Amino acid sequence: MKRGISYTRAFMTLLKRDLQIAVRHRGDIFNPLLFFVMVVTLFPLGIGPEPQVLTRIAPGIIWVAALLASMLSLERLFKADFSDGALEQMMLSPQPLSLMVLAKVLAHWLLTGVPLIIIAPLLAVLLHLESNSYGALIATLALGTPVLSLLGAIGVALTVGLRKGGVLLSLLILPLYIPVLIFATSAIDAAGMNLPYDGQLAIIGAMLVGSLTLAPVAIGASLRVSTN
Amino acid sequence: MVTATKENTLISASSLTCIREERILFDELSFDIQEGDIVQIEGPNGAGKTSLLRILAGLSRPYAGSVLYRNEDITRARDEFNEDLLYLGHLPGVKSELTAEENLNFNLRLSGYDDPDIRDILAKVNLSGFEDALAGHLSAGQHRRTALARLWHTTSKVWILDEPFTAIDKKGVETLEKLFIQHADNGGCVILTTHQDMGVVSDSRLKKIKLEYNFD
Repeated sequence: MKRGISYTRAFMTLLKRDLQIAVRHRGDIFNPLLFFVMVVTLFPLGIGPEPQVLTRIAPGIIWVAALLASMLSLERLFKADFSDGALEQMMLSPQPLSLMVLAKVLAHWLLTGVPLIIIAPLLAVLLHLESNSYGALIATLALGTPVLSLLGAIGVALTVGLRKGGVLLSLLILPLYIPVLIFATSAIDAAGMNLPYDGQLAIIGAMLVGSLTLAPVAIGASLRVSTN
Repeated sequence: MVTATKENTLISASSLTCIREERILFDELSFDIQEGDIVQIEGPNGAGKTSLLRILAGLSRPYAGSVLYRNEDITRARDEFNEDLLYLGHLPGVKSELTAEENLNFNLRLSGYDDPDIRDILAKVNLSGFEDALAGHLSAGQHRRTALARLWHTTSKVWILDEPFTAIDKKGVETLEKLFIQHADNGGCVILTTHQDMGVVSDSRLKKIKLEYNFD
């Protein structure tokens, strides 16, 4: 029996499994995406088609919708694994738990964050987003959505043992999402006015690096607490 | 049977106390488990059998007391202990969206086994022909067997099994019991809970820890 503990292999194994399950359960991928598309397309209908108004509010709408879509999809991150016992097995695997949860969060982001980034420019056309802002929109989404997934996962881990954790989850993680929202929309606005926006991007980048290094540890610890 | 000495003690629990829902499940519970032991935890429903197993596996923390694995606290030497532990809980951790083969392959790879011969192992738990069936479509017993298949391909010494015989037929229980004896003879230990009588593991071989339902 050959046995060797390899962190990379365990990480890839878990990542592959999560993607495989999601592909067989397609609704989980499309629901948040559909939500995102619906919210963004409904705004011009509700507000009216004046380009100036839409251009002004476009960054905010896209980012708020992305933020809520991410939150909507988060709840399922550990639920299934918790209720069928796979989470316990993950916690007892010989690799550090923080590595395992990082693989899960990455899978979650690939399935819910990346489609958002791809579809956002199309929706931005609907909202008459300033043509200079597209680069900033994609850059902020690419840097910001992983932060949302990582921070959100801490809240999910804390509430996974609760039967009705939904409201508590929103209360826990929404305040953490607000800085990302503020800097992302301000970067897109600045880009629209032809101003430099690398400052805002740098701050979102710093949040990404910070959460990438600290969140997995916090998620692991939260899981241990909530399954105790 | 191996004689009990300090060196071959795998797990020692010292003065474990567990409180759930403001009720003391057990108090000052201490025992040692040596290589070669098959230990059954007995007690009525609600006596704390599962809680004890989860504490021994390091999934829950006891209210007081500690669990040592080879004289090291399991919370401190977690990765080493997990490498040597095989825990199967009430919930078997089998994904219903994956096939039996994918489930076993995932579980073994996560525990660090290279390229295991999955079909061969599944044949040992009578799942030949069901390799490509989604676990969600299998019967309760087959579902359980998918999880139990890991027992046939492991180097872990400590097996902690919560109700392993649930939904398993008589012949399957016999096979499992033989596997437990073989594992114990090879220097491992098995800690399990079950309400079924074991036929193959003799009473002299079986050690028992009795938990009582405490009213207060």
